[in-house]
Amino acid sequence: MIEDIPLSHILIVSTLIFFIGVYGFLTRKNMITMLISVELVLNAVNINFVAINRYLYPERLEGHFFALFVIGIAAAEAAVAIAIFINLYRNIRSIDVDEVTEMKY
Amino acid sequence: MSFSEIFLMRNELLLVTAVLVILIADLSFDADKRKQFYYFSIFLVFIVTVSGLFPAKSGLLFGGMYQTGPLQAMMKNILNFSTLIILLQSWGWFSHVNQQKRIGEFMILLLSTLIGMGYMISSGHFLMFYLGLELATIPLAALAAYDYYNSKSAEAGIKLILLAAFSSGIILFGISLIYAITGTMYFEGAGQLIDGSTLSVLGLVLIFTGLSFKISLVPFHLWAADVYEGSPIALTSYLSVVSKGSAVFILLIVLNTVFASLNDIWDPLIYIIIIITITVGNLFAIRQRNIKRFLAFSSIAQAGFIMLGVINNSAFGVATVVYFMLVYMFSNLAAFGVVSAISAETGKESIDDYKGFYGTNPKLSLVMMLAMFSLAGIPPIAGFFGKFFLFTAAAEKGYYILVLIAVLNTIISLYYYLLIIKTMFIEKSDTPIPFFKSNLPMKISLVICVLGMVITGFTSGVFDYMVEMSDQLFSDMY
Repeated sequence: MIEDIPLSHILIVSTLIFFIGVYGFLTRKNMITMLISVELVLNAVNINFVAINRYLYPERLEGHFFALFVIGIAAAEAAVAIAIFINLYRNIRSIDVDEVTEMKY
Repeated sequence: MSFSEIFLMRNELLLVTAVLVILIADLSFDADKRKQFYYFSIFLVFIVTVSGLFPAKSGLLFGGMYQTGPLQAMMKNILNFSTLIILLQSWGWFSHVNQQKRIGEFMILLLSTLIGMGYMISSGHFLMFYLGLELATIPLAALAAYDYYNSKSAEAGIKLILLAAFSSGIILFGISLIYAITGTMYFEGAGQLIDGSTLSVLGLVLIFTGLSFKISLVPFHLWAADVYEGSPIALTSYLSVVSKGSAVFILLIVLNTVFASLNDIWDPLIYIIIIITITVGNLFAIRQRNIKRFLAFSSIAQAGFIMLGVINNSAFGVATVVYFMLVYMFSNLAAFGVVSAISAETGKESIDDYKGFYGTNPKLSLVMMLAMFSLAGIPPIAGFFGKFFLFTAAAEKGYYILVLIAVLNTIISLYYYLLIIKTMFIEKSDTPIPFFKSNLPMKISLVICVLGMVITGFTSGVFDYMVEMSDQLFSDMY
């Protein structure tokens, strides 16, 4: 049963996922993996919302609904981002961040 | 909820209508009638802007998720008005043949971000805040990558969308922590229940960080210069005035409602951020050779000055920020208007190209001079009063050293603003930009900006009115 797992365990997992996402965003060189890292951050947030709602405030559903909206918006964001990646790939034949250095300082 | 209450959101409703009308009208204007289509869209935005001038009622909608009042209406008026000016300035760029058939796209995306900002400023619940924020950023990335044969433009789009997604992830994590503490996501309810525990401080820091990305405060400013340089110039001015302005407004509202009891914690945070932002923005602005990058760093420094008003958590502080945004809108848009006129006419964007500009185009260079003086804060023009009130707001809280550092930085900023004026008026060039006549919408917009810069400085009523409006943030509604 879910009551056997304390809330802190779930929050530790979600915080770990959040910081893995942040680390991946800062170190990865491929834009698709950077986008995946951002999705990790958003999913960590979703776990947080759902778990907090279920354990601490089960009488209302604000957290669950927030998670649904985050999922929807993340899809919209990924769609626009990938469209721009494809456009960049047409222009410079690469989606590596090291190649995207036309403007600096 | 009665039917008439829905008109509390008339600004957003009118904008949605305008977007739909533009979407349909786009089909019925043929290739030889694009200029009429452009004027038609401007007319719609003009109607929305004028409708905002009617007195605004205050009230709540959707169980408190949407809240509006005179202060929110004033903020939206500033944003609408700057969008109108930006659209007036962009005909020179739209008129190129391959852009003409895509005017509709640009207008629709731009106005949908404006809708998002309206909902964001009026939000009374974190869900509304988040949805508005995303509606205000995702189309901006599409607009930054608007020139699809230009790799610089795609680069700007990528930098904007990745950092926007990342920063909203950080904001969301902060919101989830606030939710864990308080169990509610209403600004009002959360504000009463926040206790100052470590978790709430972490939530504050994360939300503040995410919004700092949008305002481009140092150390979260690195995307700004690249995105400003790569984007089409109409979008650059939109990012530096409207997008930044809306983020500042919502930061003011969130800090003063949700985090009002944590004032002792966010004061030193902003104190340090102001010092770094102003100094770094100024020092980097000095070495720029591209005029768009130069204006990007100057707007980073201005964002630091804006935070001087945020640090004073009273009606006076809020009023100084709103007033400065109004003044900043006029002066920055005047500068961007001149830059975009030159860029559309000749394609030149380097500061060195401006040598001898006064000899060939005296009127435009005078407008640019006024804008630079206003941004630097030279007394007779509105920019001085804007900065003066911000300094007063910080001094009222007793931060004299902070004000001293800010004043010293104003002197540095005066140096690089004067460099531009020196380039235009004194330096000679063998190949100056030839004389050209600006188109009618551009002339109208520049006249509005110049009048705005001069008149808002001399009319004290504007500021008194704003102090009065700002009182509501601290009294009846919350």
